[in-house]
Amino acid sequence: MSSKNLDQLYRQVIMDHYKTPRNKGTLDANSVNIEMNNPTCGDRIQLTLQVEEGIVKDAKFDGEGCSISMASASMMTQAVKGKDVDTALQLSHIFSDMMLGKEYDDTIDLGDIEALQGVSQFPARIKCATLAWKAMEKGVQSDSKS
Amino acid sequence: MINREIKSYFPILDQEVNGHPLVYLDSAATSQKPVQVIEALKHYYEFDNANVHRGVHTLGNRATDMYEGAREKVRKFINASSTEEVVFLRGTTTALNLVAQSYGRANVDEGDEIVITYMEHHSNIIPWQQLAKERGAILKYIDLNPDGTISLEQVRAAVTDRTKIVSMMYVSNVLGTMNPIKEVTQIAHEHGAVMVVDGAQAAPHLKIDVQNLDCDFFAFSGHKMCGPTGIGVLYGKKDLLNNMEPIEFGGEMIDFVGLYDSTWKELPWKFEGGTPIIAGAVGLGAAIDFLNEIGLHEIEQHEHKMAAYAMNAMNEIEGLQIYGPTDPLKRAGIVTFNLNDVHPHDLATVLDMSGIAVRAGHHCAQPLMKWLACTATARASFYVYNDESDIDRLVEGLRSTKEYFSDVF
Repeated sequence: MSSKNLDQLYRQVIMDHYKTPRNKGTLDANSVNIEMNNPTCGDRIQLTLQVEEGIVKDAKFDGEGCSISMASASMMTQAVKGKDVDTALQLSHIFSDMMLGKEYDDTIDLGDIEALQGVSQFPARIKCATLAWKAMEKGVQSDSKS
Repeated sequence: MINREIKSYFPILDQEVNGHPLVYLDSAATSQKPVQVIEALKHYYEFDNANVHRGVHTLGNRATDMYEGAREKVRKFINASSTEEVVFLRGTTTALNLVAQSYGRANVDEGDEIVITYMEHHSNIIPWQQLAKERGAILKYIDLNPDGTISLEQVRAAVTDRTKIVSMMYVSNVLGTMNPIKEVTQIAHEHGAVMVVDGAQAAPHLKIDVQNLDCDFFAFSGHKMCGPTGIGVLYGKKDLLNNMEPIEFGGEMIDFVGLYDSTWKELPWKFEGGTPIIAGAVGLGAAIDFLNEIGLHEIEQHEHKMAAYAMNAMNEIEGLQIYGPTDPLKRAGIVTFNLNDVHPHDLATVLDMSGIAVRAGHHCAQPLMKWLACTATARASFYVYNDESDIDRLVEGLRSTKEYFSDVF
C-alpha cells in the first residue's frame, strides 16, 4: 500500500477532527439553517450559523459522511467563528483554491485547515472537503440578503 | 470456458493503477469491454458507418443490416418471440421511463396502485413516483425479509385488484439478491396488472427467457454486459407495445407527416426516435456473441463461485459486515459491506491506492440504504474477468485498510 500518499490525505489532525468534531450540534431556531448533501455519495450536512451585524457569532454542524467531509466541517466552523462575513467568504475562496491545487492567498493563518491540502491530490474526494464550505457560503449570503 | 484466458480479452485490465496491477471490482456500475466489442465498434466506424433505413447506397444497407442483425441477436438472447418486441433505447432508465410515461399514463388512473419494492434502484422508483403523482395513483412498497430477500406472501399482500403495474428488479445492484420474477409475474397477472422487470443487473449474469418469465416488459442496458454505454433494450409484449404511444417524435420513428397530423412506423421503430444508436447496437451484438461463447450458465456459476469465495474470505475479517442473503447461491456476484466505522469513501480511497476499484456510496438506492439503516456502503462486484486472485487482493487490501485506520476509528 502506498501509505505515503495516504498519509498526505489522512493527516493526524484530520482524524482528530473526525473523531472529536468541534462545534457539533445545532444552534437555536433563530439562526440560519442550511442543509446540503452530496447526491453522488450521500454525505449530508446541516449547518446552523448565528450571524449578527455582519459577524459569524456562532456556527454548529451536524451530519454524516466520510472522515474528510466531517473533519472539514469541524475545521470550517472553527475557522469562521468570530470572523466577519467577508473574511469567512475569503477563507472559503482560499480553501477552494487550495483544493483545486491553485496558488492561494497565504496572508491569513489557516490553522488546522492547512492539513486538508493533501485532498487536492485526490480529485474524487475534493467534493467531500468542500461540502461544508459551500453550505457556509450559502448561509452567510442568504443571511445578508434578508 | 471461464479461465485466466478471458482476462486477456480485456485490454483495460492490463495496467497499473497507483503503482499496483488493477483489480476491477466495480462491474455492477459498468463492465469492462472485451477486444471483440472494441473491434466491432472500430470496424463499424472504419468501414460501415451510414444512417439506417434511409440511404439506398451500399453503406446504408450495410449499416441497416448490422443494426437489425443486432436486434435479432438481442431477440435470441432474451428469447423474445419476435424482433418487433425488441426496442433499442439508451438504457434501462430510458426504457423504464418509456413504460411509465407511455403505458403508465394511458392505463393508470386515480386510486390505482403501482407496486415496487424497497430494494429498487432510483431508475425503478422515480418514474413510478412521478406517474403516481401525475395520475393520483398510489405507490406501494413491498417490504423485504431481514436478509434482503422478497417473500411471495408479502407480494400477495401488496398486489390487489387495484394494482395496474408491478415493477421489480431481477437482481439487486446492492444486495445481489435474485428475485423470483416468474412467481411475482404470476401474482401480478392474477390481478390483471402488468409486470415490469428492471433487468439491468440480471442480463449480464443470468440466462434471460422473457417468454418463460411471462413478464410484460423487461429493460436492460448494454454497458453492464460488456457492451458500449448509451445502448439498452426495452422488451415488451407485442400487443402492449402496439397499443402504446411513442413519447419521442421525429427521425426514425416517422411514417407519414402531414401539416396537422402524422403517423408512426410500425414496431419496434415507432419508439426509436431520431437517428438510432447504430454503433451501440452493433457493439451490443458483439457483446452478446462474446457472452454466448462463454455461456450464460457458465457465467452464473462463476458468479456464485466468486460470491461464495469472497464472502468466505471476507467473513474472516473481524468487524466486516456483509449485507444481503448469506447463501451465495441466492445472490449474483455482488458483495456489499461495511468495515467497522471506516466510512466507505475512506475505504474506497485506501483500496484505490492499492489499485483496487470498488464502489462506495448509496448505489442509487437511497430507500434501500434507509432500510439497511446506513448512509453508505462499499460494494465489490465481480464479472467474467475476475478470479480468486482478485478477491485475495481485495481481502488483503481490506486488512491493510483496517490496520491503517486501526488507531483512528
